[in-house]
Amino acid sequence: MSAKHTHICDVLVIGAGLAAERSAIECAQAGLNVIILSLVPPRRSHSTAAQGGMQASLGNCAMGLGDNPQIHFEDTVKGSDWGCDQEVAKMFCETVPIMIRQLDYWGVPWNRVVAGKKKLPDGREIEDLKEKEGLITARDFGGVAKWRCCYTSDGTGHTVQFVVDTVVCKLGIPVHDRMEAIALIHDGETCYGAVARCLRTGDLNVYLAKSTIIATGGAGRIYAASTNAVINEGTGLAIALDTGVVPLGNMEAIQFHPTGMPPTFILMTEGARGDGGYLLDKNLHRFMPDYEPKKKELASRDVVSRRMIQHIRAGYGVSSKYAPQHLWLDIRHLGRKWVWTNLREIANIAMNFNGLDPAKDLIPVIPTQHYTMGGVRTNKDGYAYGLKGLFAIGEAACWDLHGFNRLGGNSLAETVTAGFLVGMQVAKYTLGATQKFDYKLVEDFVKKEEERIKNLISGKYGKENVFEIKSAMQQVMMDHVHIFRTGPSLEQGVAKLQELYRRSLKIGLRSSGKGANPELAAAIRMPGMLRVALCVAYGALMRTESRGSHFREDYPKRDDANWLKRTLAYWKEGADLPTLDYEPVACPYMPPGDRGYGEATAGAKGSK
Amino acid sequence: MGRQLTLSIFRYNPNIPGDQPRMQDYKLEEHEGMTLFVALNKIREEQDPSLMFDFVCRAAICGSCAMMINGRPRLACKTMTRTLPSRFTVMPLPVFKLIGDLSVDTGTWFRNLQIRTEAWIHTNKKFDPNELEVRMDNKVAEAIYEPERCIECGCCVAACVTANIREDFLGATGINRVARFMLDPRDERSDAEYFEVVGNEDGAFGCVGIMACADICPMEIPLQQNLAYVRRKMAKAGLKLDLKGFKVS
Repeated sequence: MSAKHTHICDVLVIGAGLAAERSAIECAQAGLNVIILSLVPPRRSHSTAAQGGMQASLGNCAMGLGDNPQIHFEDTVKGSDWGCDQEVAKMFCETVPIMIRQLDYWGVPWNRVVAGKKKLPDGREIEDLKEKEGLITARDFGGVAKWRCCYTSDGTGHTVQFVVDTVVCKLGIPVHDRMEAIALIHDGETCYGAVARCLRTGDLNVYLAKSTIIATGGAGRIYAASTNAVINEGTGLAIALDTGVVPLGNMEAIQFHPTGMPPTFILMTEGARGDGGYLLDKNLHRFMPDYEPKKKELASRDVVSRRMIQHIRAGYGVSSKYAPQHLWLDIRHLGRKWVWTNLREIANIAMNFNGLDPAKDLIPVIPTQHYTMGGVRTNKDGYAYGLKGLFAIGEAACWDLHGFNRLGGNSLAETVTAGFLVGMQVAKYTLGATQKFDYKLVEDFVKKEEERIKNLISGKYGKENVFEIKSAMQQVMMDHVHIFRTGPSLEQGVAKLQELYRRSLKIGLRSSGKGANPELAAAIRMPGMLRVALCVAYGALMRTESRGSHFREDYPKRDDANWLKRTLAYWKEGADLPTLDYEPVACPYMPPGDRGYGEATAGAKGSK
Repeated sequence: MGRQLTLSIFRYNPNIPGDQPRMQDYKLEEHEGMTLFVALNKIREEQDPSLMFDFVCRAAICGSCAMMINGRPRLACKTMTRTLPSRFTVMPLPVFKLIGDLSVDTGTWFRNLQIRTEAWIHTNKKFDPNELEVRMDNKVAEAIYEPERCIECGCCVAACVTANIREDFLGATGINRVARFMLDPRDERSDAEYFEVVGNEDGAFGCVGIMACADICPMEIPLQQNLAYVRRKMAKAGLKLDLKGFKVS
């Protein structure tokens, strides 16, 4: 074989964030031989950047008393705008409290209930009970009926990832970091592993496995302004799509977080609003109660993001050195001690990147791309559609917990819960599977990648510049596939992306491409990123309704009669557009209804 | 018009036979609020696509972009160019193995550290999914979170005299990691067991007290205090073991 190294294992996990590591633990504990591949060391994964917390209905804190999985389930379905898989949501809500307690057992220093009377920033008085003291507490988040977001200050992702990684170390699961999967090996029916490029040396490696799990996170970097880490380029989605038989589900469902901080668009956690922060306009007027009298700043993220842009369009945006148009986040009234203890990470970010002290200054904010609800479409057990032996979890998957809008705190909770639940299914499948490889097939996949790399280096495909194409794609997504969408604009966007896609097939390197060359890494990814971007844009163009984060100004109503269905996007070889198919979304437990917040409830212009 | 910046950047690709380590100058115009993250990306995209460096979160959360910036180990993502002179040097972190240019292998180093310090909760209790969590005082939880905030960027290791001359030294980050588990009531290891992990020259007693680690920690973790805490515990444990005539391996 021409690849430098071949590794054989039972389970190959692509990605080393929380979903990846949690599933690896489950498989390793079942006695399977697991290898984790990752672009970066696990503790650098984007999971560590999650600040706010994990939703679990423990019901320990005063404002969470009486909470249970059923209420969590109802919040999740409403949040998804009835786009989610209700069976998945039910299973998730019932399992997540156990996950939180297991993480506690493994060492996460969750914040705890401190008994006594407290006054909330809005004047309400609450009392935490003596009998609950020392149990895991929770904070408020958007779109929920109870406080159930368990947290460790605002470094929840960090503490959870670090603790889960300790278990991976303890179990001795090998992590091959700086190793990027660039193609899945398959015969159209079964997945046999992946071809990967070593980001230390540039060498190709082959990984052969009975089961392959894609857990590579989101694809936020197809947008110019995103809260995502710079490694979130959707390559896991791209290699699944490239098989031609595995569809991506609901890619048009892109979440915009209300509070990205310009000019860097680093995230200011929703915990800031959960803890009592407000949004202000250029007149320092708190405008959210005008639009959403009940939920105010804590309606779901899609709703708050739209209200903010709507308010800016009405002429109330701030123009400052941070951005031409933005609004303010005000947490000054929470007090210096609270800000610099429970919101310390964002206080540090505001200080480091804009020189602001949130205990006395306003923070500029603007809705920013944040989360990919869509992903590799799987069934409720995590099996990818289209190929045996392929699974997907976390943000890379459309397991479909989130439908068209994810509630804050449900993603971090999903990573470990899906890692556990799907990990068990993977273990079950793998223990019953036999390992057999067609070496000719493997060799062909390796040769194809070698050929591609050789041609990129020699300039055989053409002389297009990868960085120019990438930046043009990111701008098209900002201009045409953003929070508010219209048919004509999406049509233009799709056409521009198609043109860029054709150019991306003619990329040639300017550097030598030798060793861990970063230009080569970008060039290998580029066509795949554009295919993913086209799935988002084309899916959005074809979905003629508004649901959750997908908002069509020319079709502003949710249309359950025609669109209670999930988009499946396939990529056929040689195509320059995805092929779309649809499957029905069942609502076995909760029929579609009113969310209790948002445009349908409050009226399109708000109650002002 | 902003200042004209000159970045003198270390270049060396060990995967190209015959390539020689050298410093190479790059010029670019500074703009308001420019960070080294922005500057290095601009250089790569517009001037030299082969330049190797690492960023992940670009928000000072993940620890991947530590490098020597004008002689000091810092996170490039939160280093504003306006805090630097118009000409400055950028070099890779020492101690860690070089991957190329500004990129170093922190993954292998830190994984090895976790395994050597057995940095996971040691307990004989079994997890029972039907039981409530064990109660903990919120103050204890917050105290554990303090050392837990380490992002493993490697700045303290790069700045450490001992780590620069002794390959096996755990460095401030390793001792901080041990302090985190010592503080945690869920970890049932005794002081004697910890002594085996860090009560030696490669651990808590290898530090020569220059304290550069505490000066440069981008997370402002009180590394000095945490070292003192671990040393006190280890000194006591060592004394006890000695008195009992116990031989420490």
